[in-house]
Amino acid sequence: MIALAVLVALVFGAGSEGSAVFRLSRPTDALVLPDLSVPAAQFNLIVAGILAFLGARQFLRGGMRWSSLSLGIGLALVVVTFLVWATAGKAFSLTGMLQATMVRAVPIALGALAGVLCERVAVVNIAIEGMLLAGAFAGALVGSILGGVTGLAAAVAVGGLFGFVLAALVVTYRMDQIIAGVVINLFVLGFTSYVSSQVFQEYRSLNNAPVFRAIKIPILGDIPVIGPMLFYQNIFVYGALIMVAVATYYLFYTRTGLRARAVGEHPRAADTLGIDVYRTRYINVTLGGMVAGFGGAWFTLGSVGRFDENMTGGRGYIGLAAMIFGRWHPVGALMAALVFGFADSLQQKLALLQTPIPSEFLAMAPYIATIVVVAGFIGRARAPAADGQPYTKE
Amino acid sequence: MSDSKTDSKTDIVIQNLLKRAAPGRGEFEDLVIVPLFAIAAALVLGALTMLATSVDPATIARSYLALLQGSVGSLNAISETLTAATPLILAGLGLALGFRAGLFNIGAEGQILMGGMAAVITGFSFPELPFYLLLPLCLLSGALTGAFYAGIAGWLRAATGAHEVISTIMLNLIAYRLIDYMLRLPFVQRSGRADPISKSIPDHAELPRLLEWIDPNLRVHAGVFLALAAVFFVYWLLFKTKLGFEFRASGASPDAARFAGIRSGMTIVLAMASAGALAGLAGSVQVLGVLDRVTPGFSAGIGFDAIAVALLGRSHPFGVLLAGLLFGGLEAGGRQMQVDAGVSIDLIGIIQALIIVFIAAPMLVRAIFPWGFRKPATVQGK
Repeated sequence: MIALAVLVALVFGAGSEGSAVFRLSRPTDALVLPDLSVPAAQFNLIVAGILAFLGARQFLRGGMRWSSLSLGIGLALVVVTFLVWATAGKAFSLTGMLQATMVRAVPIALGALAGVLCERVAVVNIAIEGMLLAGAFAGALVGSILGGVTGLAAAVAVGGLFGFVLAALVVTYRMDQIIAGVVINLFVLGFTSYVSSQVFQEYRSLNNAPVFRAIKIPILGDIPVIGPMLFYQNIFVYGALIMVAVATYYLFYTRTGLRARAVGEHPRAADTLGIDVYRTRYINVTLGGMVAGFGGAWFTLGSVGRFDENMTGGRGYIGLAAMIFGRWHPVGALMAALVFGFADSLQQKLALLQTPIPSEFLAMAPYIATIVVVAGFIGRARAPAADGQPYTKE
Repeated sequence: MSDSKTDSKTDIVIQNLLKRAAPGRGEFEDLVIVPLFAIAAALVLGALTMLATSVDPATIARSYLALLQGSVGSLNAISETLTAATPLILAGLGLALGFRAGLFNIGAEGQILMGGMAAVITGFSFPELPFYLLLPLCLLSGALTGAFYAGIAGWLRAATGAHEVISTIMLNLIAYRLIDYMLRLPFVQRSGRADPISKSIPDHAELPRLLEWIDPNLRVHAGVFLALAAVFFVYWLLFKTKLGFEFRASGASPDAARFAGIRSGMTIVLAMASAGALAGLAGSVQVLGVLDRVTPGFSAGIGFDAIAVALLGRSHPFGVLLAGLLFGGLEAGGRQMQVDAGVSIDLIGIIQALIIVFIAAPMLVRAIFPWGFRKPATVQGK
């Protein structure tokens, strides 16, 4: 049943993409990079051919094996053709957009990573949004008084604190995990908004933190396109990349990580083998909170240096989506976050290019794509088996 | 969950022994004492928060007094409380219905937006209709649009297994953009305005204000009756009909429900759609009773507050009614508090969150107030 549904979604997906691209072709030339000019019509026709081939093959084979790969390639190609079409006849800074993509992906990636750490030990973390916001707030407040580095440390600590609170509520007090998450979100939103309107309005110096500047890594930062994207960023980008690598290593290549995943898959068995389920959950959820706190500091210390009410604006929920999209894997979560970041920056750049599509629809595109992908991928992605279930030690 | 089950089991035993007709003590504690302690604890912690942000004790006392006055202290206050509670109750009922069916619908916000939009478009599109046709038509279109919008998420869940938390979050984000876009369409946008604002609905499409004959500023409107009717309707639907049983069965145990011959896909879509209809109705009521028109983000977080209301009301229609009234009162009182004592209304958010923590984790309340409760007779699994 599910396989059939996935197949239908894929065939529909690939099929409609093919025809859409045909319509998009325009007989004008494009200038994508200073030295890379793509003839839009021919290029898009060729891509459409590839897409049609992929779609047809998918349809004829009906197999599951290549489905996600061809869907991924298909979507990526559609985005490329869309870009070529939109910039046809105009100039467009690809490098700038990729750099912005990376920057915008950071909080989403860190939020998603926090989610991965929690859900791998079977604690559903809806509170990512609240943790990001708490991190942003603590970063701004402490950063204003004691400087940026201390502010960052405070953001991580406060994120960890809320991680600990979440763990305490769901592990020790066995509160429903989703309720606990919603509550933390509500509380953090209420508390930070309250303090910012009650205190920051009067004492503006408390809300004026230094901002971390971009650091250029020598040599590597000079590589065209990739250089500015990966090696000329502020510490949040580097931090996110390092954390994703460390988390992958931790979860999949260390003994503690294996134990943590065992707790997420089958806590009873893990307990029988002598793993302290409660302690593992506490540690991992707290770690997740710290990661989210670091991501939250991006909003203040990494960009504007000032806290505004509800400034995370739902990025935590998008992080949650990125986590599922990335199949509960740190690298997958980063990739998914990059997709969202890309869509985010694309929308901004395209507003300058004056395409005939209303900008609201461009803004919707990543969300629609998420729904399509989540609907299409779900047969292959699997949450940790015990996800969301409280565990009572016997 | 397991706690309340064991409690009610022991209560049945106690009831049988003592031949008491009244609900058992444990149930009484769960339903009355825990919420009371929760509210008290939340208010105390709220006061501590104010103290920590250098608000002097006299102002704290004044602000809680204002909170009380602003919520139930005068006719106007009660009117404001009811006005704020109405959409919360309607949307909260929808979410409670979803929770009962095991669906975690975060999308009430989007459903409210779409429902309200549909109601307004219907309202200004058919101004020649008499009010007894136009008003129901507006409400119906709002409910149907909400149902359709939530139904998308339900259908995706049933057909592909896409998790409804993700799809409803995405549908919320899509709804914000869609509303922005629609408000700039020439036939929706108010003529002569550059900002996104819709045309107003004709006067006779508005939900009549109930107390206009006393004071034209009293905003409470006929939507209150609609919310009250919805409470009873949802109660009837959930607990007295086959469909409601199917909702609850698939929520309690999807596998058992499937083996019992309940079509899980259909149940999911129907549960989502009914939840969306109620949220859409909440949006319509807000537009037809209070706002008269649509602006971006007119839902003002009602959809998210409604999640809290549904959780607080333990997903029971009557619980939702009380929780909605409580949150409506806090909302109305909070505004008064901001005016009278100069304490930001955002404090209400803190208090609301704390109340939910304490109610959702009865073990926590019992740990804080050990003297308020009898010792549990039997506790399974320590």
